[in-house]
Amino acid sequence: MAHERVRAIVVGVIVAGCLAVLIVLGSRSLTHFDAALVGYTFATLFAAFGIAYRYAMWLQRPPSRMYWRRGWQVLVSSAALQRIASGIRRAVVDVAGNRFIFQRGFLRGAAHMSIMWGCILAAAITFPLVWGWIHFETMPGHLNTYRTVVFGFPAGEFQIGGILSFLIFHGLVWASILVLAGVMLAFRRRMIDHGAAATQQFGEDVLPLVLLCAISITGMMLTVSYTWMRGYAYGFLAILHAITVIFTLLWLPFGKFFHIFQRPAQLGVALYKEEAEQAGQAKCKRCKKPYASAAVVRDLTTVERELGFRYEMTALGPKSADKEGKGTGKNRSSRADHYQQICPPCRRALFGLAQSALWSQAIEPERETREPGAA
Amino acid sequence: MAVPGHLEFFVDPSRCIGCQSCVQACSECDTHHGEAMIHLEYADRATSIQTVPVICMHCEQPTCAEVCPADAIKRTSDGVVQSARKPRCIACGNCVLACPFGVPELYNDQLLMMKCDMCYDRSSVGKKPMCATVCPSQALFFGTREEILSIRPQSMPTNRFRFGDQTITTRVNVMVPRKKPRPLLLDVTSAMNERPQNRTLRLGVVDQGEPDPFAEVKI
Repeated sequence: MAHERVRAIVVGVIVAGCLAVLIVLGSRSLTHFDAALVGYTFATLFAAFGIAYRYAMWLQRPPSRMYWRRGWQVLVSSAALQRIASGIRRAVVDVAGNRFIFQRGFLRGAAHMSIMWGCILAAAITFPLVWGWIHFETMPGHLNTYRTVVFGFPAGEFQIGGILSFLIFHGLVWASILVLAGVMLAFRRRMIDHGAAATQQFGEDVLPLVLLCAISITGMMLTVSYTWMRGYAYGFLAILHAITVIFTLLWLPFGKFFHIFQRPAQLGVALYKEEAEQAGQAKCKRCKKPYASAAVVRDLTTVERELGFRYEMTALGPKSADKEGKGTGKNRSSRADHYQQICPPCRRALFGLAQSALWSQAIEPERETREPGAA
Repeated sequence: MAVPGHLEFFVDPSRCIGCQSCVQACSECDTHHGEAMIHLEYADRATSIQTVPVICMHCEQPTCAEVCPADAIKRTSDGVVQSARKPRCIACGNCVLACPFGVPELYNDQLLMMKCDMCYDRSSVGKKPMCATVCPSQALFFGTREEILSIRPQSMPTNRFRFGDQTITTRVNVMVPRKKPRPLLLDVTSAMNERPQNRTLRLGVVDQGEPDPFAEVKI
């Protein structure tokens, strides 16, 4: 574990270091860096370290490592080209469109989609601003025109006071509205759904919503303050907003928000499963029916061994096989050498058959007088 | 909230009459609305009517959780292995293939694994899981160890199972003969070539003087 931690720390330092270099480069040696946002900057650097650290630790677990490797093998193979259409479709429909969450319920899908796109919009605006990658400057001689500068390069102009500038300068307001709508829907479900109420945990399920709510409300209060209240309590509100954002950034790698970075793995898994399906099916050693792709079963068997599970069926030797062959003229399981080669329905049947076999043995001498399981 | 430690689940597949009540009741559970997580498996549909009710056995070291690449399956402090955490599950299906009891189910449309969580909304407040509430033959029983031992004088619970070379210990018990020599565990893979046996079953479900099996457990 110590070795894994060291490796994860190295990965974290490299990623945070790369981000720091990009901040220096993107802000043109900090020329365009806004010193007032330095707290946010260090919070993002820590978040980058934490996310990379946790990601690296996660990928060192045997099952994660196996799927990571298999996903990339498919992505860099010729099969990836054949599956590029399905990959894009999955990315658009499932990741961008949240179809799989809408399948769980319309309001759940609406809540997640609203929160997700609100956060993406907010991140797309604030992170480049915090890192000094983007800033606005007045055009010389045209005081009503703003120029957008990205990485030190001019990237478009727009009129101050126009609809476009109104939409751009209030981008975080629109993001907050989206997030708040989603948070309200999510809170509603968590309050009225008995199942969710029973299984939810404060740190994992409630705190993220509280944080998103706090960020959105304190952020909108800033706009309210400078728009309608002549900047009343602006300094206090700015600090309050910074506290909520920085706390969220620091907590980003450890809580529910980590799924933002982990979840795209589903695309690689889907591609691998599609590819594995084409490669052939594993047939159950008991019922002889196909039940899963052979490659997935093989990989899972490897993972189980790496984890220390011993599902090898070496104990079922010739004696067992001879016994079981009697009366049937065949031995259906003679070739099963690992429990992973048995399909889930047969496992369930075996569970019942093993128990009834015990009862048969126990009541054999007195079958006529007592029955199994009877009180 | 947590499932009280003195309340346990006892499964006795030999008492199952295949009535499907558990399946219908399971789908009423609030933690997986409309979907039945219990499996009512036929031991060998072609030759027998023997059925096997299979719920999550809530392993102490859950194989499903260990092989999950997304670390989405968690075991709470009360020993209940919860369904996959929705934000994390990436629908790889490892858990479905790895579970030695064949319990988890993958819902491809939702990209989500779901499984029996012992009706956590009910059991965590001391109520019986839905299936145990309706099972007419008490093949599925939820209560105290004292209760089950008193109403099943010929049976005893065990929570150890063998699958090949692997031994699994679970929170849920299965009833085995109390008669000596008492089995130390249930060797599932030893039944690889077993066939359903013809038997006569008499279930002493309704018998005055016994504890009411349908009463809610007091905690």
